[in-house]
Amino acid sequence: MINRVPAYLAGALVAVLTLGTLIVVALRAEAGSGLSGADWAAVRFTVMQAFVSAFLSIVLAIPVARALARRRFWGRRVLITLLGAPFILPVIVAVLGLLAVFGRNGIMNDLLGALGLPEMSIYGFHGVVLAHVFFNLPLAARFLLQGWLAIPAERFRMAASLNAPVGRLLERPMLRTVVPGAFLVIFLICLTSFAVALTLGGGPRATTVELAIYQAVRFDFDLGRAALLACVQFGICAAAALIAWQVTAVDGFGAGLDRVVQRWDGSRVFDGLWIAFAAVFLLIPLGMVVVKGAPGLLTLPDSIWAAAGRSVMIAVISAALTVTMALALALHGGRLVAVISVLPLAASGLVVGTGLFLIVFPFVRPADLALPVTIVVNATLALPFAVRSISPAVQTVRSDYGRLMDHLGIVGWARLRFVVLPRLRQPLGFAMGLAAALSMGDLGVIALFADEQNATLPLAMYRLMGSYQMEAAAGAGLLLVALSLLLFWLCDRGGRAGADL
Amino acid sequence: MPKTAYLTVVAGLCMATTATAETPKLTVLTYDSFVTEWGPGPAVEAAFEEVCACDLEFVGAGDGAALLARLQLEGPRTDADIVLGLDTNLTAAARETGLFAPHSVEADLALPIAWTDTEFLPFDWGYFAFVGNAGAQAPTSLRALADSDVKVVIQDPRSSTPGLGLLMWVKAAYGDEAAGLWADLADNIVTVTPGWSEAYGLFLDGEADAALSYTTSPAYHLIAEEDASKVAWAFDEGHYMQVEVAGKVAATDVPELADQFLAFMVSDGFQSIIPTTNWMYPAATPEGGLPDGFETLITPATSLLKSPQEAQAVRDEALAEWREALSQ
Repeated sequence: MINRVPAYLAGALVAVLTLGTLIVVALRAEAGSGLSGADWAAVRFTVMQAFVSAFLSIVLAIPVARALARRRFWGRRVLITLLGAPFILPVIVAVLGLLAVFGRNGIMNDLLGALGLPEMSIYGFHGVVLAHVFFNLPLAARFLLQGWLAIPAERFRMAASLNAPVGRLLERPMLRTVVPGAFLVIFLICLTSFAVALTLGGGPRATTVELAIYQAVRFDFDLGRAALLACVQFGICAAAALIAWQVTAVDGFGAGLDRVVQRWDGSRVFDGLWIAFAAVFLLIPLGMVVVKGAPGLLTLPDSIWAAAGRSVMIAVISAALTVTMALALALHGGRLVAVISVLPLAASGLVVGTGLFLIVFPFVRPADLALPVTIVVNATLALPFAVRSISPAVQTVRSDYGRLMDHLGIVGWARLRFVVLPRLRQPLGFAMGLAAALSMGDLGVIALFADEQNATLPLAMYRLMGSYQMEAAAGAGLLLVALSLLLFWLCDRGGRAGADL
Repeated sequence: MPKTAYLTVVAGLCMATTATAETPKLTVLTYDSFVTEWGPGPAVEAAFEEVCACDLEFVGAGDGAALLARLQLEGPRTDADIVLGLDTNLTAAARETGLFAPHSVEADLALPIAWTDTEFLPFDWGYFAFVGNAGAQAPTSLRALADSDVKVVIQDPRSSTPGLGLLMWVKAAYGDEAAGLWADLADNIVTVTPGWSEAYGLFLDGEADAALSYTTSPAYHLIAEEDASKVAWAFDEGHYMQVEVAGKVAATDVPELADQFLAFMVSDGFQSIIPTTNWMYPAATPEGGLPDGFETLITPATSLLKSPQEAQAVRDEALAEWREALSQ
């Protein structure tokens, strides 16, 4: 059997960081004002935009992922890596990239103007949804793509030789196992969104729960209300998770032999159009980030390079921690692990940071702990994505080879080393890359803890903006994107070496 | 590294540690942009350490709006001796925490208003203004802006001090009719950002005709970038002021040093650094006057400022009006 202690440790850490910090904040609260009508309006807006954003992300990701799964073309690997970029972009960089395309002064409006059509505005509910789809479509596509590639090639051969409908027999059952979980993750990401919703939402009607928490802590110093709102956020998360798990189906076929998938179905033209759509929608704003950032890249101050070094170090360590915890949790399995691995998504960044601050402040200077705290928090925040990516593969190994291994007496370390890990290389690499990149772009707790000497790259970038250094900030943004992508590519590449993904 | 050199370094480090243990340390909690290499922090630190025989440490804590929350989180156990960077919209709430002590500094201040606060001492000030491009359409009042189709970007009063400043500006100028003005302004507001940086960035990117900032913002472009293309719009109703203050933390373990810092803060050594690093007006005009370029800035005929008590009293009502009008 597999040692269960690492899973318990990981679970305990997640529980302390999410629920523990919430309790600390609630305990510190003085008598507060309770929730107002405006808070409930924020809850309604938050759930609504998160639902629509997640729905559109998934619906659009299905044809894109299918097209990527069944077509081979030059540059496919690079495209898949680049498509992962929007998700790991720091919010403000991504928003400026989107605005360069869809903003008042953007490419879209230039085109519309040239055609004599009226100007379009990105600001409002649709702008929030557009930005969230931009962030999350690639993530959804990657989750689904993994689902498609997990269908053994033998089944497609079988279907082709029997002239059986692939969609109904193979793809739909796969989607029923993957889509609910992917939907849940994206719904929760959009649920806790704050800066995107506010900046593109056009005003206070786009107030999300996370902004209301921010206001409660920073503007009113009403920690009680902040804790209540964080509870509401967890409540919505719990409801969404229950629904998602209810509709998740379990795969019933046997194992394959890891052959390369060859496909005979579908229209080339149709698939090509979907891939082109995804590439244009996701890569043009990214290209604008490069265009805007390039001039500032040469004149970056030394402090930015130092911050970049710190960010890379934090990213690498926290990614290793994420993958270790995710592996421990995935090997353990079960409902409780499923709960543990969505908790971080529902947690409010500000409540986690504030709670941790309250915990450590009596003992040490917060700035002294800035880097360790950031590593642990970033590792935990990336955990849901890592577990989601590793878990299905672990289950597949268990159901496909579990009895065989039991029969042969391959247990413990040998089982992990010779059977499980080699079969998990691809999701492990992906999870590690994603965790590293997410950590690079994260601006959560570091802002509460860091001083001048230990700022990370996103924080240093915000500080540049706050000092009128917009060009340098754009350069720092580009550096951030480049480093995030590089880390992601290195890890993901390591996992895919020799595989046909 | 050869071993002897290594030992020398170790010995040096030990001596350095002993040396710092003997010099008193003054911790100043402030906002991030004060501490960066472009902000006043490094120059102020060097100048004060020359005269104080102490170690001055700035701790950045997010933006101005986050400062008070940070101090409240830390409570009486805080290491901070001085909190620098609150504005008058926040001082009433700051006073109520009971965490501040009166200062003992007499200063000759150059503010357009009389200063009588015994707990908080100003270090710089400015006027809020919409900053737009020279030569473009420039409304001459809040009312004219509301009636025009000019597009602006503002900050959220719940997360940003300029955002809160605009809220107070409209309230000070329009009183009971503030809600009506906000309703008319709603279609001029492209979007509301969480902080100043995002709003100013959107304006520079051409997303709006102007952003809410300060009358002194064009001085940055003029002096640091030799770019005269940005102007602040002068409004007939007058301009709301932001007075940035510092206060002494009651629980400080170095009260004399804290007083010394506050006195230094309103002297030439500190005040001459402010204009071209914080891009605000110094609270006491330094001997050399203001830097070249500041004379090109607009000077509002009317200065608006609510007292800290008034600002605190009308805040929730003004916020509700704002939210109501902009949520339509």
